[in-house]
Amino acid sequence: MTDATLSLHEKDRSQMPIEYSTEEGDLRIVGFWIFLAAELVLFGTLFGTYLVLQSHTAGGPTAKDLFEIGPVMAETIVLLVSSFTCGLSTIELRRHNKRGLIGWLLVTILLGLVFVGLEVNEFYTYAVHEGAPLSRSAFLSGFFVLLGTHGCHVSLGIVWIIGILLQLGKRGITPVTARKAFMAGLYWHFLDVVWIFIFTAVYLTGWVI
Amino acid sequence: MIDSVKSFLGWFFVTGDPMIYGADASIALVSIGIVAVLTYFKKWKWLWNEWLTTVDHKKIGIMYIIAALLMLFRGGMDALMMRAQLTLPNMHFLDAEHYNQVFTTHGTIMIIFVAMPFIFGLMNIAVPLQIGARDVAYPFLNALSFWLFFFGAMLFNLSFVIGGSPDAGWSSYAPYAGAEMNPGVGQNYYLIGVQISGIGSLATGINFLVTILKMRAPGMTLFKMPMFTWSILITSVIVVFAFPAFTVALALMTIDRLFGAHFFTIAAGGSPMLWANLFWFWGHPEVYIVLLPVFGIFSEVIATFAHKTLFGYAVMVWSMVAISVLSFITWLHHFFTMGNTAPVNAFFSISTMLIAIPTGVKIFNWLFTLNKGRIQFTTPMLWALAFIPNFTIGGVTGVMLAMAPADYQYHNSYFLVAHFHSTLIAGTVFGIFCGLHYWWPKMFGYMLDEVKGKWSFWIFMISFNICFMPMYFLGLMGMTRRMYTYPAGLGWTPINVVMSIGAAGMGIGFALMAYNIVWSAVRGKKDTTGDPWNGRTLEWATASPAAEYNFAHIPEIKSRDAFAAMKEARAAGHAETVPPYKAIHMPNNTGIPVIMSAFMFIAGFGFVFEWYWMGIPGLIGVVACMIARSFVYDDHHYIPVEKVKQTEAATGRLS
Amino acid sequence: MNGTQKQLKAGFPWKQVIGLILSLTLTFLALWIAVGLSLPVHVTIAIIVSLAIFQAFIQLFMFMHVTEGTEPVHQLMGILFGIYVAFTVVAGTLWILAYAL
Ligand code: HEM
Ligand SMILES: [Cu+2]
Repeated sequence: MTDATLSLHEKDRSQMPIEYSTEEGDLRIVGFWIFLAAELVLFGTLFGTYLVLQSHTAGGPTAKDLFEIGPVMAETIVLLVSSFTCGLSTIELRRHNKRGLIGWLLVTILLGLVFVGLEVNEFYTYAVHEGAPLSRSAFLSGFFVLLGTHGCHVSLGIVWIIGILLQLGKRGITPVTARKAFMAGLYWHFLDVVWIFIFTAVYLTGWVI
Repeated sequence: MIDSVKSFLGWFFVTGDPMIYGADASIALVSIGIVAVLTYFKKWKWLWNEWLTTVDHKKIGIMYIIAALLMLFRGGMDALMMRAQLTLPNMHFLDAEHYNQVFTTHGTIMIIFVAMPFIFGLMNIAVPLQIGARDVAYPFLNALSFWLFFFGAMLFNLSFVIGGSPDAGWSSYAPYAGAEMNPGVGQNYYLIGVQISGIGSLATGINFLVTILKMRAPGMTLFKMPMFTWSILITSVIVVFAFPAFTVALALMTIDRLFGAHFFTIAAGGSPMLWANLFWFWGHPEVYIVLLPVFGIFSEVIATFAHKTLFGYAVMVWSMVAISVLSFITWLHHFFTMGNTAPVNAFFSISTMLIAIPTGVKIFNWLFTLNKGRIQFTTPMLWALAFIPNFTIGGVTGVMLAMAPADYQYHNSYFLVAHFHSTLIAGTVFGIFCGLHYWWPKMFGYMLDEVKGKWSFWIFMISFNICFMPMYFLGLMGMTRRMYTYPAGLGWTPINVVMSIGAAGMGIGFALMAYNIVWSAVRGKKDTTGDPWNGRTLEWATASPAAEYNFAHIPEIKSRDAFAAMKEARAAGHAETVPPYKAIHMPNNTGIPVIMSAFMFIAGFGFVFEWYWMGIPGLIGVVACMIARSFVYDDHHYIPVEKVKQTEAATGRLS
Repeated sequence: MNGTQKQLKAGFPWKQVIGLILSLTLTFLALWIAVGLSLPVHVTIAIIVSLAIFQAFIQLFMFMHVTEGTEPVHQLMGILFGIYVAFTVVAGTLWILAYAL
C-alpha cells in the first residue's frame, strides 16, 4: 500500500472508464481540457485577425476569386468523417478492444493524411498557380496563417497518434496508453470543431461577402 | 577571406561602445569563473543531479527566484542608466538609439523576466505546501516551464552583446517594430525570446490551475484555501487564457518579419493597430497576473502579523473572481488615443473603472484585518504596510487615466510612467520582496537578518517615493515618455535631479538587500521549528526547508487557517492519532526538460538570425525530446518507510 | 487494470452515427444557405454562425464526453471561460477595428 498524492476519492474513480482509473490519468485529462480551452483563445485570436484583415486584399485576389466549393467540401467531409472514426476508436477503447482501437485510429490518421494532402494542394494552387502567396496581401497572410496553424495541429496530431499506436502495439490497453489514446481523441475532435468555424468564417463567409 | 570574417564578426557582435566591451568581458569572466569553480570543487555532478534535472517544486522555485533576482539586477542597471542620462538636460551619456534599447530591455526584462518568474518562484515554493500536496500536478512540465523561461531569458539577454538589442519598447508597436523600419536582429530577439518563455508561462498556468483544483489535502474545500493559493488559482486562470493571444501576436509579427507577411505592416493592407489590439489583449490581463499574486502574499503576511484571520475572506475571493472576468474586457484603455469611435472608448472607459472597484474593496479588507490586530512590525510586514498607501496612489492615478478624454492629456507622458511604476513597484516589487523575506526561512532553513532587512526596506521605500512622486508632476509639466534628452529652461531639471537621487537610493536599498542575503547565508539565524513567524497556513507545518515529499502524512483539514487551528487544538491538549508511515510515491528526476529547452534556445537563435540550417534542426531536437519523453514509462519511485522515518527524525518531527 | 472498471458492452454506436449525420447535414445546410439562397448578408452570417455553434456543441457533447470525469465541473468551467475569452477577442477586435474593415 502506498499513500495517494491526490485527495480524490478512490471510490469515484473505480466506477470510471479505464483512462480515468488512475490519479495520474485523471489529472492529465483535466489538464488537457484546460489546454484545449487555451487553444480556443489561440484560434480565437487568429479568427479575429483574419476577420479584420479579410477585406484588406490590397488589389490582390479576394476570397471569392480563390475559394472553390469542390475542394473545400472534400476537406470538410474528410475531416468530419475522421472525427466520427475517432469517436469509434474511443468506444473500442472503452470496450478494451485493442484491435478495434488500433484499427479505427489507423483509419482516422489515414483520413487525416488525406485532409492534409488536400490542404497542401489547396495552398499550393493559391500560392503558385494563382499568384497569391501569404506575402501578397494582409488577407492572404491571415488566411494562410489561420489555416496553416490548423493544418499544423492536424499534422502534429497524426504524429502523436502514430506514437500512441506504437505504444498500444507494444503494451496493449493499460491505464497509461488508454489515457493517451483518449486525449489524442479529444484533440482530434477539437480540431474538427476549429475546422467547422474555419468552414463558416473563412469559406462560407468568403462566398457570401 | 579575412576581411569577410572580420565584417561578419563586426556585424555579429555588438561593437563600438566601451560599455558593450565591458559587458562582453564581464560575461566572459563570469562564465569562465562559474565553470572553473564548478570544476575545481567537482560540483558538476551535483549541479546536474540536484538542480538541472530536478522536478521538485521547491528547488524549481528557488531557481526561478535566483534567475529573477539576476534579471532584476540587469533591469535595475538599465533603469539607473536611463536615470543617469536624464538627470540633466542635453546629456549625451546615452545616444538616442542606445536609450531606446535601454528602455526596451528594461521594460521587457522587468515584466517578463523579473515580475513573472519571481511570482512563479514564490508560488512554486508555497502553493503545494499550503494545500498539503506532495508536488504539483505535472512535475515534469513544471521543470520544463522553468527551463523554457530560463533559456528564453538568456536568448533575450544575448542581444546585448550579439547582434544588437531590440529598441521598439516593451510593447513593440508596429509599424516601427516591423522589418521595414527595424531591420536587423534586435526585434527578432524580443519576439522569439519572449515567445519561448511565454510557452513556459502557459504551461505553468495549466499546471497550477490543475494542482490547486485537484490536489488539495482532504477537507480543504475551495473556501478553506489560504488566500495566496486563491490568488494563484485566479492568476493561473488569467495566464491560461491571456497567454495564447500573446503567443499568436508574437508569432504573427515574427511571420511578418521573417516571411514577409502583412499583418501589421503599412503596405499591402496590414493593420499596425491590430498589433496594439492583440498586444494589450494579453497586456492588460498580464498586469493582473503580476498583481493578484502579490495581493495574495500581502493577505497572508498581514493576517500573520496582525495575528488575526483575514477580514472578509469571501469578499476577497469574489473580488478576485470578478477581476479575472473583467480583466479581459478593459484592454483598449492602453490605446484610447488611437482614434477609436466614441462608443468604443466609452465602453472601455467604464469597464476600466468597474475593475477598480473589486481592487479597491481589497484595500479595505486589509485595513479591517489590521484594525484591532496585534501588529508585529517584521520586515515582511513593513513591505505589506507600505504597499497599502503607495499602491493606492497608483490605483487612483489609474482611474484618472481610465477617463478617455482626460487620457488625451496624460497619455505617454511621465504621468503614465509614474502611474505604472506606482503599481508595479509599490505593488509587485514590494510584494515579491515581502514574500521573499516571509518565505525565505521555508526555502533555506534560516532567516534573513531583520535589522538589515528593515534598513533596506526604509531606504528602498523612501527612495521610491523620492523617485516617483515628483514624476507625476513632471508628466503634468509636459515631459513625455521615452524621451532620451530634453532642453534646459523648461523647468524640468530640478525634478529630474531629485528623481535620479531617488533612483540611486533604490539601487542602494536593493544592494543592501543583496548584502543581507549573502550575510544571512553565513550568519543568519537558523529556523529549527519550521514555524518562525507563528504562521497560520500549512506551509509552516513542515520542516524548514521541507522534506522532499513535503508531508510525511497528508494533513486532514477542518477549517481555514489550518495550521493555526492545529496549533490551537494541540495547545488545548487534543491528542492527534498518527497513523504509521507509508512509502511515498514521487516523480523521478529527468534531464529532458533542460535538454529540450536548450534545443529551443538553439532553434530560437537560428530563427533570430534567420539561419534556418540552425533553426530547423533545433526544432527537430525539441520534437525528438517530446517523443523520447512519451516513451518513458518508468518515471516514478517510492521513498521507503525507513527513509521517511530517518528524515522525519532528523528534523525532530518523528511521530 | 482491474475488472471493476466500467466497460462498454458491444452494441451499435448510435451516438456517434447520429453525430456524424447531424454534422454532415448541418454542413450542407450551411453551404446551401450561404451559396444557394441569397438572403441579406448579415442574416446569412447570423444563420451560418449559429449552425456552426450548434455543430460545435454536437462534437463537444456527443464525441468529446465533456461531462465525464471525476469532477467534470472543472473542464466545463474551463471550456466556458475559454469560450468567453475567445468570443471577447473576436468580437472586441472586430468592434475596435471595424472602421478599418
Ligand atoms: C529602480 C527602479 C526603477 C526605475 C528607476 C525605473 C525607471 C524607468 C524609466 C526611467 C523608464 C523609461 C521611461 C521612458 O523613457 O519612457 C522606465 C520604463 C519602464 N519601466 Fe521602469 N524603473 C524601475 C523599475 C521598474 C520595475 C520594477 C518595473 C516592472 C516590474 C518597471 C517597468 C517598466 C516598464 C514596463 C517601462 C516601459 C518601457 C517602455 O517604455 O517600453 N520598471 N522605467
Ligand atoms: Cu491595462
